[in-house]
Amino acid sequence: MSEATATTAPSANEPKRAPEYEERSRSNEVLSDILNGNFVISILAVLFALVIGAILIAVTNEDVQTASGYFFAAPGDTLGAIWNAVSGAYGALFQGSIYNFRRDGFLDGIKPLTDTLTFATPLIAAALGIGIAFRVGLFNIGGRGQMLIAAACAGWVGFSFELPWGVHLALALLAGVVGGALWGGLVGLLKARTGAHEVILTIMLNYVAFYLISWMLRTPGLLQAPGSVNPKSPAMLETAVMPEILGPKYNLHLGFLLVIAATIFAWWLLNRSSLGFTFRAVGENPNAARVAGINVKNTYVYAMLISGGLVGLAGVMQVLGTVTTGFSAGIDAGIGFDAITVALLGRSKPWGIFAAGVLFGAFKAGGFAMQAAEGIPIDIVTVVQSLIVLFIAAPPLIRAVFFLPKQGVRRRTVPSVSKEVTAK
Amino acid sequence: MTTTTAPESISASLESATIKSWKAPIAYAIFTLIAILLFVVNGRDGVSRFRLSNEADVIQLAPIDNPTRLTCILLVVLLIAITVYATWLSSRAKRVPLWLTILFAVAFMWAFLTWAAAGETIPITGLLLGTVALSAPLIFGSLGGVISERVGVVNVAIEGQLLAGAFLSAFVASVTGNPWAGLVAAMVAGVLVSFMLAVFSIRYIVDQVIVGVVLNVLVAGLTSFLYSTVLTSNTPLFNSPPRFPRISIPILSEIPILGPVLFRQTVIIYIMYIAVFVVWWGLFRTKWGLRLRAVGEHPQAADTVGIRVNPTRFWNVAIAGAIAGFGGAYFTLGSVGGFTKEMTAGAGFIALAAVIFGRWDPIRATLAALLFGFATNLQNVLGAIGSGVPSEFLLMLPYVVTIFAVAGLVGYVRGPAASGKPYIKA
Repeated sequence: MSEATATTAPSANEPKRAPEYEERSRSNEVLSDILNGNFVISILAVLFALVIGAILIAVTNEDVQTASGYFFAAPGDTLGAIWNAVSGAYGALFQGSIYNFRRDGFLDGIKPLTDTLTFATPLIAAALGIGIAFRVGLFNIGGRGQMLIAAACAGWVGFSFELPWGVHLALALLAGVVGGALWGGLVGLLKARTGAHEVILTIMLNYVAFYLISWMLRTPGLLQAPGSVNPKSPAMLETAVMPEILGPKYNLHLGFLLVIAATIFAWWLLNRSSLGFTFRAVGENPNAARVAGINVKNTYVYAMLISGGLVGLAGVMQVLGTVTTGFSAGIDAGIGFDAITVALLGRSKPWGIFAAGVLFGAFKAGGFAMQAAEGIPIDIVTVVQSLIVLFIAAPPLIRAVFFLPKQGVRRRTVPSVSKEVTAK
Repeated sequence: MTTTTAPESISASLESATIKSWKAPIAYAIFTLIAILLFVVNGRDGVSRFRLSNEADVIQLAPIDNPTRLTCILLVVLLIAITVYATWLSSRAKRVPLWLTILFAVAFMWAFLTWAAAGETIPITGLLLGTVALSAPLIFGSLGGVISERVGVVNVAIEGQLLAGAFLSAFVASVTGNPWAGLVAAMVAGVLVSFMLAVFSIRYIVDQVIVGVVLNVLVAGLTSFLYSTVLTSNTPLFNSPPRFPRISIPILSEIPILGPVLFRQTVIIYIMYIAVFVVWWGLFRTKWGLRLRAVGEHPQAADTVGIRVNPTRFWNVAIAGAIAGFGGAYFTLGSVGGFTKEMTAGAGFIALAAVIFGRWDPIRATLAALLFGFATNLQNVLGAIGSGVPSEFLLMLPYVVTIFAVAGLVGYVRGPAASGKPYIKA
């Protein structure tokens, strides 16, 4: 895999629609912009993915299978069974993620939405980190390791020191973020110094971190809870736990506000700061950036430090917000990998990532509800999520499926300069 | 430090005296230091026995008895000598040759095994046998990765191809009761994943890394979903595939050490030997390979001489998927039996690392995959005899070694030039 691979990640399908809108009537243009706009394509992509998910649910449903045995005798039975299976599943998904109509009163009914935001919190933080790495042309698959190290650092501060309220939380948070940043920065440093490929390094460091934390968790005196034989840490002290911002009734914790702040920070960093400018320049073309006087190697180090720090923030959220009763080596809960999909769906742009993270949080919250209520494995949610990312990345496919007009097909002029990507 | 990859001829004709790379000596020095601390300072007494033959072998080799402390000291002295020699080479601006690295690695490994097995017996054949077994899916996966990337499509979806192969082979082999049908199904599954990779990255010009990552997630979700809903609904019918038996090749399987390791295996392993050779020979000795590499290095030039770039990419990615799918079949038909959720457990990513570690060369990628397999199995063997090292550190070892190797010895790797870039014909 070449370095330039990830470089093109944010703008995967943009270069195709350059100068083709010239002489077109205004009303046509507006209509076509709406039909072809990212928003409509995104909605249709979600819809299409849900339809495929529905087909999978229907095909594997036992009632549907029974009814389809005598389909030609009574087709209504099959259709009814399909409707029951699919509406039951998606109804549970909605009620588990946004608003539960079965509960009395708005305050109870809205609880699923706060669960969604709780699930979204670490996802967004990790995805911001991975997104920033993408913008610099680095593919950070090391979310798992960075989260584990960060969780261990934050957890250690969280359960071992008796500190006043506020200071303790801040210190634990800082320790976690620094831990994640260093674990990520190590990748940047090795890449800058030796040229080692970041994909190998991050994958390898995931395993190193996992086994390191596993060992520390089962060794008395390090991270293991005293008097316990399980590979698990003690519970966090009260002063280090993130307070629940909507009261004890809801699980939503301070982390969500931190994530909003992190999103603003990432947006400011990428779009308004000079460091962000060098990030984007290196991401677009490292050779050009080098010629323009940018220190590409240092940029890699800074990018991985910040990326690791943000991913580390997700680890902190897990250990101080979600699972405060002590953590095990599975504290990352696959968020490091899920975050890659979130970053891709959000096109590596901070607010896009925020929206994508909330969507995936909704799927996660609703998926658990669906599994509990309808007995449909939560894995279907993974399928739908990945299909959404695939379809959003391929607008021509969505246009073909929904018979939308092709983009700019009317005045396609053959450019005089060949547009293919030449091989250096 | 960047100059290590410069070809020798060029660096010799230019100012060769100024080109010095200290990466290899530094890497050696770190390992030598670890060796001194572990094997000498923290040395152990006793006798470490390496068993070379099984009871059933025709030719019996006597086991080697290493007096633990003495062997360790001798080997550490050798390691120090190699480090000094490498330092001298570097100070004279000469390259550290590959054989030196191999010698260093063997000496270090021998010292480590001797130290870890103080007072115990290590079955060398068992260690190597497990290595081949654990490496098999990695080798198939990395061969698929090499082909795909050489033709210009980054294949992050190896994990998905392995998992799809494992799933479909288990299902088909169970239903038909025929492992060969399962093997074909595994190839079909790998090809299907490849088709999605190819369609999205070539036809719809989606970034190839994105497609690969997403396909991994998609396949993981899909197989887990179908496992929970279909396979577990009737395990005897859907998820109890017959396994391939071990086949001993006459004569060859009686060679001491190598025989039991290489020639008493299932048919999938034999196919693997052939696959490694065929892929290497095909890539570098045939018209197919030349065209494939041309498309991956410089698609515009390939197009100019009349090679159809995108169809070439499409079909070769499909072949890559078929090979990777084979590796998936090994999980179910070759070793474990039934399919379980996410049973590949990151093997695809290790295979991807092996591709890069092996610099997109089938033979080197195979060696890298063997290294990972060896290290994983080392942990099993040492865990069984109970050495003093916490098992987590043994498990960590292959990954740490890889980091050092990639950072210290491999350095800047250059993949196929057009890998990851879509080709849009003007």
